[in-house]
Amino acid sequence: MASYKSSLQPTFMSAGVTQRNRLGEWVDRHSGTFFIAPCATLILIFAIFPTVYSIFFALSRVRFTGDGLKFRYVGLRNFKKLFFGSSEVQFLGRTDPVSIFGYVIFIIIVIAVLVWLWRSRKITTWVGMIGRTISAAMAIFLSWLLCASLLSGNAIGTLYTTLFYVIVGCALQFVIGTGLAFLCSQPISGKNFFRVVFFIPLMITPLGVGYAMRMLADVTKGPFEPLLAFFGLSDWIWSADAWSARFIMMVGDSWQWIPFIFICMLAALENIPGDHVEAAQVDGASSPQIFREIIWPQVLPVAATVLLIRMIEAFKIVDLPNIMTGGGPGTATESMTLYSMAVWRANDMGSSAAIAYMLLILTVVVCASFFNYVVLGQVKKANA
Amino acid sequence: MFLKKLSALTLGVAAMGLTAIPAMAQDFKGVTVDILTRPGYVIAGPLAERGKDFEAMTGAKIVVTEVPFAEIFPKIQADWSTGTNSIDVGVFAAGWGVELDAAGLLEDLDPYIAADSKIDLDDIAPYFRDFGQKVGGKTKLLMVDGDFQMVYYRTDVLSSNGLQPPKTWEEYLDVASKIHGQDMNGDGEGDFGSCIFKKRNAQSYFAIQTFAAPIVQTQGTAQGFHFDNATMKPIINNEGWKKAFELYKATGEFGPPEELNMDIGDTRALFKAGRCGLIVEWGDPGTLQLDDDATAIKGKMYAISAVGSTEVLDRATGKLVPVSAATAPYAVDGINYAPFAAFGGWAGAVNKGADAKTKAAAYAFLSYMNQAAQSGVDVTIGATGYNPYRTSQLASTDLWVKAGMPKALADNYLGAINGAINNLNMASDMKIPGAQKYTSVVLDTELARYLAGEITVDEALANIEEGWEEVTEDFGRDEQVASQALALGL
Repeated sequence: MASYKSSLQPTFMSAGVTQRNRLGEWVDRHSGTFFIAPCATLILIFAIFPTVYSIFFALSRVRFTGDGLKFRYVGLRNFKKLFFGSSEVQFLGRTDPVSIFGYVIFIIIVIAVLVWLWRSRKITTWVGMIGRTISAAMAIFLSWLLCASLLSGNAIGTLYTTLFYVIVGCALQFVIGTGLAFLCSQPISGKNFFRVVFFIPLMITPLGVGYAMRMLADVTKGPFEPLLAFFGLSDWIWSADAWSARFIMMVGDSWQWIPFIFICMLAALENIPGDHVEAAQVDGASSPQIFREIIWPQVLPVAATVLLIRMIEAFKIVDLPNIMTGGGPGTATESMTLYSMAVWRANDMGSSAAIAYMLLILTVVVCASFFNYVVLGQVKKANA
Repeated sequence: MFLKKLSALTLGVAAMGLTAIPAMAQDFKGVTVDILTRPGYVIAGPLAERGKDFEAMTGAKIVVTEVPFAEIFPKIQADWSTGTNSIDVGVFAAGWGVELDAAGLLEDLDPYIAADSKIDLDDIAPYFRDFGQKVGGKTKLLMVDGDFQMVYYRTDVLSSNGLQPPKTWEEYLDVASKIHGQDMNGDGEGDFGSCIFKKRNAQSYFAIQTFAAPIVQTQGTAQGFHFDNATMKPIINNEGWKKAFELYKATGEFGPPEELNMDIGDTRALFKAGRCGLIVEWGDPGTLQLDDDATAIKGKMYAISAVGSTEVLDRATGKLVPVSAATAPYAVDGINYAPFAAFGGWAGAVNKGADAKTKAAAYAFLSYMNQAAQSGVDVTIGATGYNPYRTSQLASTDLWVKAGMPKALADNYLGAINGAINNLNMASDMKIPGAQKYTSVVLDTELARYLAGEITVDEALANIEEGWEEVTEDFGRDEQVASQALALGL
């Protein structure tokens, strides 16, 4: 009993020991911070600081003088130029006239987005509602641009050209990459050879891919010239037409990036326990059923992550259009990064930073929306 | 032939170098002069080759760095402005110097010239000496090349079709339409009526100005054809430029199918292969046709100093009016001509921030390149990209005939250049701060979009007007008015 009571009393130790213990406990409590601090500091120096510093560029007219850079504050003028000034059509596309079809589609999309937002209020917090409101605003803005430009028969701008590379390009790459991975995960002969072959393009520098594609796509001297002549397409000049040029650009981009999706998806597919599939086969499930019910739910988290990484990367496409067409014909194949680079090359740092910020906002909102509403939704559904 | 010429250039350089040694006997041992210019042998090649001889004579090492055309100016501007000073000499368009000088980045070359007995500035044609080399009355650059954009035609093709060289842009289209599709080099394939470099971020924005100049500029060189000189309001959104845009686009009907994606290297390969009936070019085809790989056109590519217009812009109304003594006092036979000094020629400028010895060596090298003994050889070789800019090179055909050019062609070639350079309505390229942004960014982008069918001509012109106004506001309207007055000698 006595020993029990004494064990409940606080133990007194010397002052030095207490301080050391407290320090040790404090270090223990903050060990995570200590471990992550060097990395966070580096990120702050090399990523966050330049990003914040570039705000000064975006809000200024930057002049090169004998005394270095001179900043003159111009407010939002660099942004205004993109949305209402001389760069409006290049950046947003031509939005006039808008067709009846464009108006109808836009109204339908707006109603759908607003209904989605209204329903969201019951299933999310107020912070979530802010996020969803931002996503909805971006969706309405992008829908309006799509309806007023492409769906009304007008030319699209740099913004939608970038989205074309991201949405259509990534979708195509994902389907082909996943398909190839699925094939190579099957017990077929020579699959190791194909694994290496499919992976090679990823190891080539984007500059090399650009020049290789430029040579391959040359319709007068390229290797496909006899084929085009055979089909009577000798006069077809892909680089003179906006959509064929964008399509060729996407082909080049896909050739380079399908291996990335292929290798990630192959790893995911090969990690699926064989007994799950065998059990389904024993139960008489067909191949499509096995893929849909067994394989797909298990690779979905990897697939979503791969697609997200690929989308973020695709937003930054610059090498291929720069090398293959210089952004032409006109500005048809110009991505936002190439646009920013072209303006930067003229030493217009302010406008270049403004375009880069627009790209940053677009990338963050689109990718965050995709992750929160599509990826997480699918993962929850699969887990359920 | 080309190799022979290069050998001749090398031998000539060596021989002349020996005679030049006494004048160049400064000790620059241990000094390295870093030069930045465009990529490829054109312009950069002769700098490097003559640099070796200069090193042998003076001890100064010449290092030539090549960057894409669109990056020359920003790289130099950023390097000199931020005090990086990794570049000692920039070789670029003469017109770009004014923006660098406004930022206080160019070395004043007058003190060096005063002590230089070899340069003979009086021999440099007045336009290049006063407009190309000088900024604010002081010599800040030294030419290595003189540039005018002209029209060239295939004499054999036109004569076999009973056609005369075009005098107006409408005639240019007419001639192009009549010869388009004919086999011009005997390979059995149809060739092209007109070849013009129309790729974006290349040289297309110069060619459109060649089309616009005779329609928009009527009152002499000092009038200019880009701005109202008193207010710097753009003179671009009008019927004059609209007609130029439409004519320019129309040439594409008789051009190669990939013309929108062709830069000057591509079109040069085509006309050297004998595939173009008409071309818009600088002075280079005159000598390029003598190359070994240009046998299909050797002696057949003749030049016209300018193609003109029978209608000109009435600036008060923005409408086109017929040429008359009142509307176009410099017109000849009812046609207004305004040969365009496109680019102004490649010129070298010295970084003010370089150390004194490097600057002295840099000047000495530029002077060496500019002197008649060297440049008189360089301008006769097509591959160098250097065109004549000295009176001694333009006054007699001897130099050219000696270099292998047929006498008749030499007469025509020099006649065309002299015709352009002596025309009182010669159109000057932009020479104000932001010149590169006005033309190679704003004008070039909107022109490319119009050619690709993305926007209409009215939209393109409205966008250019707005873009030019933005550039003017950025640099300051009053400052730009003053610079324009200086550039046009007002």
